[in-house]
Amino acid sequence: MDFSYDNEQTALREAVAGLLTKAYGGDERRTVTRSEPGFDEATWGRLAEMGVLGLPFAEADGGMGAGPVEVALVATEMGKVLAPEPFVETVVLAGGLIAALGTETQRTELLTAIAEGTSIVVLAHAEPGLRWSPSAGSVTAEQSGDSWTLTGVKEPVPHGARADSFVVSARTADGATQLFLVGGDAEGLTRTGYRTHDGGRAARVAFAGTPAELLGEAGGDRTADVERALAMARIAYANESVGAMDTALAMTSEYLTTRKQFGVTLNKFQALTFRAADMYVSLELARSIALWATMVADAGGDVVLAADRARLTTSRAGRHIGKEAIQLHGGIGVTAEYKVGHYTSRLTAIDHQLGDGDWALGRLAAGVAGHESVDPLS
Amino acid sequence: MRLQLSPEDQSFREEMRTFFTREFPESIRDAVKAHRELTRDQIVESQRVLNKAGLAVPHWPVEYGGHDWTPLQRHIWHEEMQAAYVPAPLAFNTSMVGPVIAAFGTQEQKDRFLPATANLDIWWCQGFSEPEAGSDLASLRTSAVREGDEFVVNGQKTWTTLGQHADWIFCLVRTDPHAVKKQRGISFLLFPMDSPGVTLRPIELLDGGHEVNEVFFEDVRVPAENLVGEENRGWDYAKFLLGNERVGVAPVGHVKRLVAEAKRHAGEITVGDSTLLADPLLAARIAELENDLLSLELTALRVVANSADGKPHPASSVLKLRGTELQQAATELLVDVAGPDSLASFATEGSDVPEWARVVTPQYLNFRKASIYGGSNEVQRTIIAGTILGL
Repeated sequence: MDFSYDNEQTALREAVAGLLTKAYGGDERRTVTRSEPGFDEATWGRLAEMGVLGLPFAEADGGMGAGPVEVALVATEMGKVLAPEPFVETVVLAGGLIAALGTETQRTELLTAIAEGTSIVVLAHAEPGLRWSPSAGSVTAEQSGDSWTLTGVKEPVPHGARADSFVVSARTADGATQLFLVGGDAEGLTRTGYRTHDGGRAARVAFAGTPAELLGEAGGDRTADVERALAMARIAYANESVGAMDTALAMTSEYLTTRKQFGVTLNKFQALTFRAADMYVSLELARSIALWATMVADAGGDVVLAADRARLTTSRAGRHIGKEAIQLHGGIGVTAEYKVGHYTSRLTAIDHQLGDGDWALGRLAAGVAGHESVDPLS
Repeated sequence: MRLQLSPEDQSFREEMRTFFTREFPESIRDAVKAHRELTRDQIVESQRVLNKAGLAVPHWPVEYGGHDWTPLQRHIWHEEMQAAYVPAPLAFNTSMVGPVIAAFGTQEQKDRFLPATANLDIWWCQGFSEPEAGSDLASLRTSAVREGDEFVVNGQKTWTTLGQHADWIFCLVRTDPHAVKKQRGISFLLFPMDSPGVTLRPIELLDGGHEVNEVFFEDVRVPAENLVGEENRGWDYAKFLLGNERVGVAPVGHVKRLVAEAKRHAGEITVGDSTLLADPLLAARIAELENDLLSLELTALRVVANSADGKPHPASSVLKLRGTELQQAATELLVDVAGPDSLASFATEGSDVPEWARVVTPQYLNFRKASIYGGSNEVQRTIIAGTILGL
């Protein structure tokens, strides 16, 4: 049992923190998220140069051969400054599926391109009304000989307008969920991009008999693979949200010690400092479970269960800290000019990205009779 | 970062588990399991068994029976003990006065008191709180006036837990009423409970039990050799003691036991065609509590894993606050699982209501204390806001 980073991990964390503070230490994020593509291509390139975009991929596939711990610490640093680059979406989610299922050619080509920062690949999985299911919904895949075509609508697809290519989930004639690769310039593909409330980007991506390439070998149902990839992404998001909560609380504490009302700084009011103390409790509990889920992933444990547990606690904490950060700032917290509200907005987006707290609780409640108690070390 | 225990810690855990579940007296574990109040004899026997096995005072200096365990090993010891329904060694002896005497006592005091304290040959009680000095402990007024080689003690203490069993009391007394800072005029005295002038009045609690007392002192004469450390420095020793009290106060193992028990009972209670445990609202409440408990346990592990250099991890202040909240949530859950049966609290042996359902409400009411003692949870929030957040 060891919660500390080794020397290499500490060095990576410092390097990433340095890069991101340079990119987003001031007011840059607002400018970047107000123009397309909603993130900074130059920062993306620098992350690639540092090796960050290939961290979890095997060296043979053009990656660094690192693991969930390295991914988590990058996500945490991104959360601290609300970096809008699609790290989790491209590297963990789409990249994770390609790494797990792709043929050797697919892995070499796509993962190398992701790692080098030359290609943004995202997972097009969500469909209106699908509510975080690991199976595909109404998008269908039709086979004709060796070739496939897709029909239907995926939405919201993160960074769907900017993406160079997609991993798309679709139902085959036998009802199974399969995964396909679709190029951004594929025939019959239409994308309508828009801004999301947290400064991010999403799109409606429509397929009309769009040619697609099967990801990996044919056969089977990919629901369990999608579930696993979603779990890895949930764990990364849990760490990202801890980074965001960390900064939101730090900003709030700073504000309480400088803002004056009634002739004194706000930290003279116990009604406020006690609420800040409760935010700290939520933050540390969330940090513990995010680190634990990361270690479960690293040790090859039950990532789906660990991700649900991390999801529940970080969802509760994110809502608590996000809402209190605004309230303790007062009106300025609701403005777009001031940073703290953006943390709340981002935490809200993460919460609904791949399953919210109540959703995770429902899954955990269904299994509550299956164990006497929970042992984090087993 | 690594999830698993090291092979050494793994075998340490096995060793603890084996001792607590195989070699510790079954009758005492059964009594704890049934939430029965332990007798004085059972508590003494329990501690002597632990002490004989070298497991009563692992955090003490090695020469007085302690071990050079890592903080993680101490945590494992504590968790395994709770998981096996083994009562923890008497905190007044092993966590409070023992470490103070070991750190600040004279050689004579160490030799006289430490072995007897570890073995519970002396039962200690705590004389800190007073009617007018609760969370604001430093405003205590019990006085000790030096007369020759004696102190004469007058005043009153309260919330003296298990004082009715105690042989000795460790007491904070005011020796300098004129000190500029009230913290500077306090001393740490030890004296027998059967000293002339000491009287004890039981306080009945909401659960019907006799757990705490008021203790009155009228011209109690205490030999000066029973002063611990320096005169008027008692506040420093008290802070040291309270620091120890808060560490390891996260009752993870205890709460785990309570939640597991609630699940077991809920699984046996029939509701319609199914069980209470299958009720989605109750299942969700339990799942959330289990998750909260997991995050608390992990925070406790983070604290012990990172406090090897002797400095407490900042997150340690979370443990008392959150630990007692969850302890209270678990006792509340048990009452709700018992439902209408919980009203049969004081039913006697002829009752058809199972024993567990009869004790859950008194337990719930009793555990309202947890967020008050050991530095109330409001004091903990003050500490977090002040020392961690800089507010």
